[in-house]
Amino acid sequence: MTTTGSAERPATDLGFLLHKHPGKAQAFSTAHGTAHVFYPEADDSRCTAALLLEVDPVALVRRARGKGRGGAPDSALAQYVNDRPYAASSLLAVALSTVFASAMKGQCKARPELPAQPLPLHVALPAVPARGGAGLVRRLFEPLGWTVRAEPVPLDETFPEWGDSRYVRLGLEGERTVADALRHLYVLLPVLDDAKHYWVSPDEVDKLLRAGEGWLEDHPEQKLIADRYLARRRTLTRDALERLELARLAEADDTAAEEIDNAVEESADTEERPVPLAVRRRETILGVLREAKAARVLDLGCGPGQLLGELLKEGQFTDIVGMDVSMRALQEARRRLRLDRMPERQSERLRLVQGSLAYTDARLKGYDAAVLSEVVEHVDPPRLSALEYAVFGAARPRTVVVTTPNVEYNVRWESLPAGHVRHGDHRFEWTRAEFRAWAGEVAGRHGYEVEFRPVGPDDPEVGPPTQLAYFRQAEPASARTPAAPATPAPADSPAKEAQA
Amino acid sequence: MTGATSVPAPTRRPLGVPDLCLVVLVGATGSGKSTFAARHFKPTEVLSSDFCRGLVSDDENDQSASGDAFEVLHYIAAKRLAAGRRTVVDATNVQPEARAQLVKLAREHDVLPVAVVLDLPEEVCAERNAARADRAGMPRRVIQRHQRELRRSLRHLEREGFRKVHVLKGVEQVEAAEIVTERRFNDLRHLAGPFDIVGDIHGCRSELETLLARLGYEVEYDALGRAVDARHPQGRTAVFVGDLVDRGPDSPGVLRLVMGMTAAGHGLCVPGNHENKLGRYLKGRKVQHSHGLAETVAQLEGEDEAFRGEVAAFIEGLVSHYVLDGGALVVCHAGLPEKYHGRTSGRVRSFALYGDTTGETDEFGLPVRYPWAEEYRGRAAVVYGHTPTPRASWLNNTICLDTGCVFGGRMTALRWPERELVDVPAEQVWYEPAKPLASEAPGGADGRPLDLGDVAGRRVVETRHMGRVAVKEENAAAALEVMSRFAVDPRLLPYLPPTMAPCATSKEDGYLEHPAEAFASYRADGVREVVCEEKHMGSRAVVLVCRDEAAARERFGAAAGVSGAVCTRTGRPFFDDPAVTEQVLKSVREAVESAGLWAELADPAAAGSGHWLLLDAELLPWSLKASGLLRGQYAAVGAASGAAFPGALDALEAAAARGVEVPDLLARQRERAVDAAAFTEAYRRYCWPVDGLDGVRLAPFQILAAPGRSLAAVPHDEQLAWLDRLVEHDGTGLLRRTGRLVVDTEDEASVAAGVRWWLDLTAAGGEGMVVKPLGALVRKGDGRLVQPGVKCRGREYLRIIYGPEYTRPENLDRLRVRHLGHKRSLALREYALGLEALDRLADGEPLWRVHEAVFAVLALESEPVDPRL
Repeated sequence: MTTTGSAERPATDLGFLLHKHPGKAQAFSTAHGTAHVFYPEADDSRCTAALLLEVDPVALVRRARGKGRGGAPDSALAQYVNDRPYAASSLLAVALSTVFASAMKGQCKARPELPAQPLPLHVALPAVPARGGAGLVRRLFEPLGWTVRAEPVPLDETFPEWGDSRYVRLGLEGERTVADALRHLYVLLPVLDDAKHYWVSPDEVDKLLRAGEGWLEDHPEQKLIADRYLARRRTLTRDALERLELARLAEADDTAAEEIDNAVEESADTEERPVPLAVRRRETILGVLREAKAARVLDLGCGPGQLLGELLKEGQFTDIVGMDVSMRALQEARRRLRLDRMPERQSERLRLVQGSLAYTDARLKGYDAAVLSEVVEHVDPPRLSALEYAVFGAARPRTVVVTTPNVEYNVRWESLPAGHVRHGDHRFEWTRAEFRAWAGEVAGRHGYEVEFRPVGPDDPEVGPPTQLAYFRQAEPASARTPAAPATPAPADSPAKEAQA
Repeated sequence: MTGATSVPAPTRRPLGVPDLCLVVLVGATGSGKSTFAARHFKPTEVLSSDFCRGLVSDDENDQSASGDAFEVLHYIAAKRLAAGRRTVVDATNVQPEARAQLVKLAREHDVLPVAVVLDLPEEVCAERNAARADRAGMPRRVIQRHQRELRRSLRHLEREGFRKVHVLKGVEQVEAAEIVTERRFNDLRHLAGPFDIVGDIHGCRSELETLLARLGYEVEYDALGRAVDARHPQGRTAVFVGDLVDRGPDSPGVLRLVMGMTAAGHGLCVPGNHENKLGRYLKGRKVQHSHGLAETVAQLEGEDEAFRGEVAAFIEGLVSHYVLDGGALVVCHAGLPEKYHGRTSGRVRSFALYGDTTGETDEFGLPVRYPWAEEYRGRAAVVYGHTPTPRASWLNNTICLDTGCVFGGRMTALRWPERELVDVPAEQVWYEPAKPLASEAPGGADGRPLDLGDVAGRRVVETRHMGRVAVKEENAAAALEVMSRFAVDPRLLPYLPPTMAPCATSKEDGYLEHPAEAFASYRADGVREVVCEEKHMGSRAVVLVCRDEAAARERFGAAAGVSGAVCTRTGRPFFDDPAVTEQVLKSVREAVESAGLWAELADPAAAGSGHWLLLDAELLPWSLKASGLLRGQYAAVGAASGAAFPGALDALEAAAARGVEVPDLLARQRERAVDAAAFTEAYRRYCWPVDGLDGVRLAPFQILAAPGRSLAAVPHDEQLAWLDRLVEHDGTGLLRRTGRLVVDTEDEASVAAGVRWWLDLTAAGGEGMVVKPLGALVRKGDGRLVQPGVKCRGREYLRIIYGPEYTRPENLDRLRVRHLGHKRSLALREYALGLEALDRLADGEPLWRVHEAVFAVLALESEPVDPRL
């Protein structure tokens, strides 16, 4: 941090403001290493104070690796190959607040008039991790009156094709008080990094309000700052917004917090947009299941359980199984459906199990219907035959409902670049003809009849956004079902022997 | 069996009670049941209805609580019986309904119900009740009613299902009673063998004599030259799994020999279904003379009546199964689930004789059998026969020894506890099988689709090289997700590579790993010759290459256009584009072809469906697969440090120039800057741009398998010679040779040369080396596997692992505290599983059996272990 001055107002006043003598090098021990303060230059016209945080990399890793409460929230900290010793992160922010505590509060016993005076300041940080790049750095600092210089650091000049790293070389210039500058950095460095080395506790809200006093209230990126500063803990975010909201009530009457809260909930929904398509899909599936008079239903690949929630609402479905291969998805489903707080009569209708359609599974036998909603496109084509056998050959529910995107419709998505699939994990997306061909062969091989239904607006040219196949077991039971033994048991069958 | 304790005094009345059974006391209120139970049984064995009434209602005499009280009593009794503990029910039990529930409970747990009746005069009961404050008010008619019900019951107890009934009339008899605990007939846990367990014989007397001789038995003959006994000089015991008779040429001869051996105490025998049927025939019952009984009946015509009588008595006396060797071994004819071990009931006998039949018959008219062994998870090894299979092999700690001798197969015996198989071939086909042998290997026919039960949940995989390897449920859950969502078709994934432990941590100045440690530890394990192999810094790749698409389709069920697979260490396809995979395979295929290795490596008998090879290799450059990691972590750290240090050093130098005291700090920051630059240099060496296959290199270091053979135990010098030929014949420049040096761990000069070789290799930018026993699959003196290899990574390379500044002395000191135990154990378990997968593949076992081992490797990879090791 550099300031300029003159004989009347010497630049070395910076030493008083920071409570650190320009003639000395001082060391302060912090939780993750030693913070050194020294002055590379100090005369009346120009004074630079430098803070160098010497992180102990081994201690950092060892501390981060503890389990549960002992460990760090940021799993990257447990890596020995770690940018923390070099980048300006929350470690530096904490060091700033420790070493320059009085300066940050705007206190100066020796020269009480000094802290309130804005100074011409220049702040330089060589490596600031910025999720959002130089653009976000500007959006965060410029509204605070800083002239921002943010140059991206290339990842590796030997491999220019790798592009830029997430670090920027940051320079800030402006007329601000030292306290403001420190508080801006204290809040915005971890926000740019979007990570913290410590667990965020409820008093973090107070810290943010304290350090943000006087500038955060009107910051255009206030929501992003609060979100990231509080490490995306939703309940805390809401808490902070409401309290900021209360602080602003003196000035304006606003009720936006609730809506923002809703948006947070909604954005946690993993379904692709527009959301009405997901709703439309569930409606169509439910319609088919009602029509099929299914009572015992499998939701194979249930994800976070949106369809399960709808199934539970209808008494017709007496026995519902949600299966997914991802434990995380099941955990999310359990949380979203509030399974642990559900009345017993309702919760006993539902079972969540981990399973995989790459394997046959005896637990899936004897159901009325199975739904595979947006599942097949997540399976590599060479392994579709295993899925086919597991569902149609082994589990053999009376009814099977399969939905999958119609790739022809993709041209109607404005946000989707040409040739892109709708979701990063889609292994393929089928045209209507491809889907019908596959479904027809499956039905033929396993003794089902199949019909197709559109989901969403049926575009005359490219068809509906989602396509649905409704399989019903052909009557009478096909020859594929294992025939009952026709021959009588031989004389030495155990049934007879057992009685002997 | 009775009277094993002291000789009873004349007034004593011994009552035999098996060591596992449900004892039901029957008697009116006041007849002294509780006193009797307390005198003769352990307090924990006795469940009293009064006590249970107290448990649920706080009042032992509250008759309204009886319903709940008996539910509790039955529940506890069920738990005890399931755990194999004798249980005594202390309740009046004078009503048939009450007893029927208990008989049912005993049957459900396959134990014998035993009744002990205390029939005391009404006066005595009334007197005793009067002496108890809580029962003094009990009306006399209650006792009278109990007595009436008791008398009515007495005659029916055996018909109700009680297998033993002891009635004690009057006070004297009750006083004189003494419980004598009897061992169950099937309980031979006190016999520790050693045993030789012999599979199905079916009248093949000559092969049996040959097999016994092979096992070291001396066969004795009678005056007519007939084998009548066989004795092992070291006192081993033969155990026959049954089916001695039918179909074969000399069933009476087999019976004579086995009966002689059991009578002389040289053998044990359990009954097979064929003995059972023969026994019924001999008793004059009407049975169909099918499945080879006709032959036995005809052969017995030539024997005298006395012999036939002895046979009938022998069969009559056979016990369904035996529990041997402290409970570690169970022998029976057709298999037995754990809950039936040591139990006694009709259904246990039926299972032991016939296995788990579904009641259906197959197209050959034979009963359809449920593959019970697939689900067996018990601790005791179950050795059985009954189902002819081409080869005896362990499955979930069970083994079927019926290798179809009578059908022209082999007669097989298992040495216990050595677990060695000994077999002799059939002299001829004595009987045409109703259906081909090959299709009924344990676990069902080949081609059964993979089932979730093969992989999910907590599992134990039997390995021939390391015994049972356990997989935890949470690890299996993680593996299920990766295997299902990201891996290639399991048919193309017959192997996953094990993790490898580093050498012990070095105390050498400036080093964390040093080859001296590797040589020393192998020397300590008794391994003299080791090979040092250059470690290529890329990504692990398992390459399955088939000679053509037809072979891939035939052997691995590959789809059209697929001639093999190139997988990462978690089974994911290495290349997103299948065309690139095929290009790699084409280059490898041509090199194999030109080197002439297809036919050289395959077992000719197994190569019928086409040639293929499975290779373990490293694919380079590292940046090809790890670009995400490189950009997100490694290059990022390089970029941050590269940006941070110049400014910091400038500032410190300026301060120093002003006379501020910063020399230590400045010196230290300069060193850190040098370390950071060295780190950037370290990862850069393993990155280079590729375009399609241009720039890609494949360094194979082991050929794992070829048709019908696992090559994992082939010594590394032989392996490397094959691989050198492969590299020489590679016309495309894809394949890279692996540098190597053989070191004698006992020779100081050789060890020094090994260290020098490593120093040169790593100084030139190499990652390091792997030290392996030259003999590949090597065991220590105590029989345990030695590590198949340990890695010694170079000093500079380790910056990528332990961070740029790890070489600073204060950091090294702390980093030396690292715990290798778990990593080593993990490496060995995964190695054993990998070997098992290869062995199963070589033996042509069904897909699910190979996949079980492969899946377990993946699951173990998700165990928490220090990722830097």
